[in-house]
Amino acid sequence: MISIWFFIGISLAVNGALILAAGINQLINPPENPSVVLYHLHANVWWGALLLVFGLIYCFRFAPKRKS
Amino acid sequence: MTPLLAAAVPTRLVHLSSIDVVIVIFYFALVLSIGWYLKGRANTGEDFFMAGREMTAWVAGLSFLSANLGALELMGWAGSAYQYGILATHWYWIGAIPAMLFLALVMMPFYYISKTHSVPGYLQLRYGEPSRALSAVSFAFMTVLMSGVNMFAMAKVMQIVLGWDINFSIWVSSLTVAIYVTLGGLRSAIFNEVLQFFLIWAGALLIPILGLYEAGGWTNLKLQIAQRASTQYVHLWSGLGSFTNNPMGIHWTGIVFGLAMVISTGYWTTDFLVVQRVLAAKDLRSAEIAPIIGAAFKMAVPFIVILPGLIGLAVLPVKLVPESVARITGGHSYNDVLPLMLARYCGPGLLGLGVTALIAGFMSGMAGNVSAFTTVWTYDIYRPFINRKGTDHHYVNMGRWTTVIGVLISVGTAYLVMQFASIMDYVQALFSFFIAPLFGTVVLGMLWKRTTGPGGFWGLLCGTACSVSMWIWVKLDPSALRYVALSPHAKGLAQDMYQALWSFITCVVVTVVVSLATKPIPESQLTGLVYGLTKVPSVGKLPLYQRPIFWAGVVSLVFVALNIIFW
Repeated sequence: MISIWFFIGISLAVNGALILAAGINQLINPPENPSVVLYHLHANVWWGALLLVFGLIYCFRFAPKRKS
Repeated sequence: MTPLLAAAVPTRLVHLSSIDVVIVIFYFALVLSIGWYLKGRANTGEDFFMAGREMTAWVAGLSFLSANLGALELMGWAGSAYQYGILATHWYWIGAIPAMLFLALVMMPFYYISKTHSVPGYLQLRYGEPSRALSAVSFAFMTVLMSGVNMFAMAKVMQIVLGWDINFSIWVSSLTVAIYVTLGGLRSAIFNEVLQFFLIWAGALLIPILGLYEAGGWTNLKLQIAQRASTQYVHLWSGLGSFTNNPMGIHWTGIVFGLAMVISTGYWTTDFLVVQRVLAAKDLRSAEIAPIIGAAFKMAVPFIVILPGLIGLAVLPVKLVPESVARITGGHSYNDVLPLMLARYCGPGLLGLGVTALIAGFMSGMAGNVSAFTTVWTYDIYRPFINRKGTDHHYVNMGRWTTVIGVLISVGTAYLVMQFASIMDYVQALFSFFIAPLFGTVVLGMLWKRTTGPGGFWGLLCGTACSVSMWIWVKLDPSALRYVALSPHAKGLAQDMYQALWSFITCVVVTVVVSLATKPIPESQLTGLVYGLTKVPSVGKLPLYQRPIFWAGVVSLVFVALNIIFW
């Protein structure tokens, strides 16, 4: 059975990747008037990366076991 | 314990980019996928209603916590933190931790060993059918109404925060919940609650991190709050020696005896929505550890709920006002603080995740209410009183149909609340009537073998009647609060606490008196149900770090330390 933790990993990894992509896009094409305070910290880059890493760890750790 | 809903404001608070919308859509796709995947594992009653009783301590513990961690709660308590300061934390610390540990160490053995499927089910085993019927009917009725109230609240929040049409929000969310709970039963609801837990932390944790950075750290934050509001906004206990010395108008006796000992203990130990998650644990040790895991994370929740409210008090350029004022002036109410902080710090992607966390909170709340309603209706009302002779397959089908009907009733309630907003207050009041007396009835049944069936029934009924009477009295004559809450300076929140205290005492006194006046239940019928007649499996060979009592001790120490640090 697929573990709940694998689904958690999928959720974190996908969300992390999307957020990281949005952050990188903003680095490449910075907005003229950033809508957020502390834009210069680029939180979506490092937070997205963190979620992606956690998500991948969960996915590998709790991946459904393959039958040999 | 659900705080008030956000007011209607003319413009939406946040604007989603396309990547945010993708994140939201991904969430809906994922929860439906989980429900679809689990449909093959929900074909027996034990699987559909009790998730096979095979949840690990971590899964049971996180879903136990998440079942309570709805978005309305998140937004409402952040708003309360803005309004009242750090005092709002009491509902997460003293108003939860002791109760959760009490459930784990004292009550869980009786719930689990009795093999009951629900709290009303335990009452039937312990006291007989009248008590079960009273509890089951009231719980089923309230739960499905609460689901509708939450559904309306969610739609209203989505309208205010995102500008979504109310009907769209109601139908998309209710259909999604109906599908994944009908397919996968309690297991599906639990899986999605654990998912919600991670989403809430992933979506909301950045707010206090960035907020503390902007405010210049905790010490600077306290100074700014003292300038904008009062130094009492950052003290948990020092202002509670008098009703007039703190922003909430509350006394420490109300917090300790009303909130901690009665309301919170009543809620965390007898509300079937949360207890059901722990009953689904795979063994007794997991069932005992699960609430302790829940308690550990519950202690951390103020970091993502209360702290944003406090930071908002310091950094937001606009002053937030009560709902009644916001409705007239078009300004932002206290309950808008979390979405405003989300918009303040979270750019594209992060905003989508934060909004998804709120949506997940709402939908998990609905799923939790519906799955609890389904179990109580099928096992505690339909099976014992309408059709005793159905097969397991028949009851599972009843469960699936009840899920759909429960969602539809919730939708109906949501539309009713849209027309008559005051219904929301009545439903929440209704919920509060039963919790404290039910706790009295259950705990006396578990700890005192002399409690009889009539004692349990009449105690529950009289305690509830006491609660209803006090509520009506204060409703008709607000100055009566001075008698209910023992002080002319008491404010509205004090009513809940003292009302709970008096109704609990009434329940206990009546239960004891009637029990002593009626024939005792033979001990042979109480085996596995009450202290002294229940053989709890020994944990003799387990190392210390695997024993529930050890981790309960660790959680208790941290809890005490936190209360001292933020005194």
